[in-house]
Amino acid sequence: VDLAYGERYEALRREVREFLEKHRDRAPGAQRGFGGGRRSDALDWQKLLVERGYASRTIPREYGGFGAEPDVLETIVLDEEFARAGLPRGMGGQGISMLVPTLLEHGSEEQKRRYIPPTIRGEMIWCQGYSEPGSGSDLASLQTHAVEDGPDFVINGQKIWTSTAQFAQMMFALVRTEPGAPKHAGISYLLVPMDTPGIEVRPLRTMTGSEEFNQVFFTDVRVPKSSVVGKRGEGWKIGNTTLRHERNSLGSAEQSHSIFRGLVRRMGEETADGARALDDPALADRLVRLQARVLAMKYHSLRMLTCQLRRESPGAAGLVTKLVGCELNHEMAGLAIDAMGELGVLYARSPRERDQGTWPFQHMFSLGLIIGGGTAQIQKNIISERGLGLPREPRGAE
Amino acid sequence: MEFGLSEEQRLLEETLGRYLAEHCAPPRVREISKREDAHEPALWRGLAELGAAGVLVPAEHGGGGLGMLDAAIVAQRLGHAAAPVPFLGSGVLAPVALASAGTPAQQREWLPRLASGSAILGVAITEVVAARDGAGVRLDGDRLRGTALFALDVGAADAFLVAAGPESLFVVPRGAPGLAIRTLTTVDETRRVAELVLDGVRPADAIGGPGGAGPALARMLDAGRIALAADLLGAADRALALAVDYAKQRKQFGRLIGSFQAVKHLCAEMTAEIEPARALLWYAAHAFDAAPEESPLHALLAKSHLSEVATRVVRTATEVHGGIGFTDECDLHLWFKRTALDRQLLGGPERLRAQAARLQGWLETPR
Repeated sequence: VDLAYGERYEALRREVREFLEKHRDRAPGAQRGFGGGRRSDALDWQKLLVERGYASRTIPREYGGFGAEPDVLETIVLDEEFARAGLPRGMGGQGISMLVPTLLEHGSEEQKRRYIPPTIRGEMIWCQGYSEPGSGSDLASLQTHAVEDGPDFVINGQKIWTSTAQFAQMMFALVRTEPGAPKHAGISYLLVPMDTPGIEVRPLRTMTGSEEFNQVFFTDVRVPKSSVVGKRGEGWKIGNTTLRHERNSLGSAEQSHSIFRGLVRRMGEETADGARALDDPALADRLVRLQARVLAMKYHSLRMLTCQLRRESPGAAGLVTKLVGCELNHEMAGLAIDAMGELGVLYARSPRERDQGTWPFQHMFSLGLIIGGGTAQIQKNIISERGLGLPREPRGAE
Repeated sequence: MEFGLSEEQRLLEETLGRYLAEHCAPPRVREISKREDAHEPALWRGLAELGAAGVLVPAEHGGGGLGMLDAAIVAQRLGHAAAPVPFLGSGVLAPVALASAGTPAQQREWLPRLASGSAILGVAITEVVAARDGAGVRLDGDRLRGTALFALDVGAADAFLVAAGPESLFVVPRGAPGLAIRTLTTVDETRRVAELVLDGVRPADAIGGPGGAGPALARMLDAGRIALAADLLGAADRALALAVDYAKQRKQFGRLIGSFQAVKHLCAEMTAEIEPARALLWYAAHAFDAAPEESPLHALLAKSHLSEVATRVVRTATEVHGGIGFTDECDLHLWFKRTALDRQLLGGPERLRAQAARLQGWLETPR
């Protein structure tokens, strides 16, 4: 064990720190949720970061990136310094985090040149068309289909859980194009402009009361056949590249640690009968239990990072992050609510609300994350089958 | 940046694992555990030759001169084997006490023999954590009086390190006049614990002199808790491995039970608990040497958390086995019982979490 990063990385750290000091006022204002700040500010900030190589660092220069070699430690130093300064490390979203890596791996030269530059600049927003009302955990059973018609595909069907669809210019979607093929082999990965006639976006209100997701309906939506990424019928495999990127980005240990610090702050300020929540034996016991698990995930992420640097497979240990991280975040929000008592369930904009109602919101939202991106039960199938080598569940009749 | 075991540490882990698989398989564990002293000199000497007994003893005294992470690897392998050996007292607590507060003469007297396995020191410090049944030892003139409960590694100990209050640690030879040793029979047969009744015992020595062992005792508690956390991790690893093996062999309803989600999800949950806890243990062990200011908190968190994890894992692994898991014939209970004792030694989870809270300025008595 040696937790020092080395001089090269400390030099990068100093450079980033200096940059953030100097340009701090150009960063978009602290945002809560999507579209909270001024979009022009976010675009300017994104452009500055891409130029400096602090965003899209490893995207090749011909596609508008900075062209650096992939280096996990550089990424970590950047994450740490931006988090320390409390500034956003550029834009996120499914285009940058999921589509771009997929295009780099499977896209045609034309697709890469056309889509990657505006996406990493933040000008082209994407949404993901995977889940359907009848195809959640069993995603490969999806029914939205595209039929050949001359040079085009004509798409009909319905997607659900489509975040950002209401302002996205583009969708990357899994669509059935080979009707006679076995279910996994009949799917293609398609790029669809959202202004194509026949697409209708309807907001989906969740239990949190917000409209974080949408449903997207396709009625005779016509796209050229050149919209397929990779080969026809290989969409399942290509889509799994995208999902792998999603699993890596969910439930991060650093985020859990920062939620934990917020929880300690809240429990230090909250009093009942004049005593702090932190001084209540039962609440403090729950807090320390969570602290051990939060720190365990933090060190676990360092261990996974080391495996990556050594090019070793972490085995089953590499499959637990999403399951454990999402659960932890949910439990931390639950403890914050219990520590506040009745005040804990005050929602945003109520008199006496705490932290802008963030805890009851997070308590519900994190439950959504336990389910989304592969449910906890699907995660357990993955851990036990791929990680521990237990036999697969026999397939039911379909 | 490197957060993982080094090549040497992996080699240590593998070497010990191979040796224990050969010389300390469950039938051998059961046989040794039934002896009055639960001790097999050849096994402890063999482990000493591989560097286990002296892992924390400085090289100039004939030990490996390694760190707490290496000691945690040893403890994890011993827990994995449910090995009936005096590592916690003689391999961890005593060397840490001597290194922290021992005089050069005391170090020369004990450390080389501890490292070679030719001497064993039992350790009686339970009352520093919590005194039960009115137990406790005090110095009365030049004599020790009182009772020390749950003295560790007593089976074949040549002498004992006995705490008298939170600042003093005395050396008491096994045959000292006035000392009575009463074995306490716990559920875990793989390690012998006893109560020491001291009726005017003249100690042979005091580590760091009388009243000079306060900081040493604090370091011993950190070290002991880390070693126990590692032992618990080893027990959890073994119990999970046994459950997964069984789920791959046992058939019911015409299927391997490991293909049922009800069973495979239990195995996945055990994995999801164990793997992050492993990283917490590594960090706690690393901090003991590299960041001593972080050590007390991390030792408390690691011991309390691994206690909870291992307790759940040995119970769940038993359920995966079904009825056979409840029999004496099935080896699984060796780890169930080992976990039960580990969980309580040097403080149970609730006590340790309360201490961790106070360490951070929480749990202050409200006005």
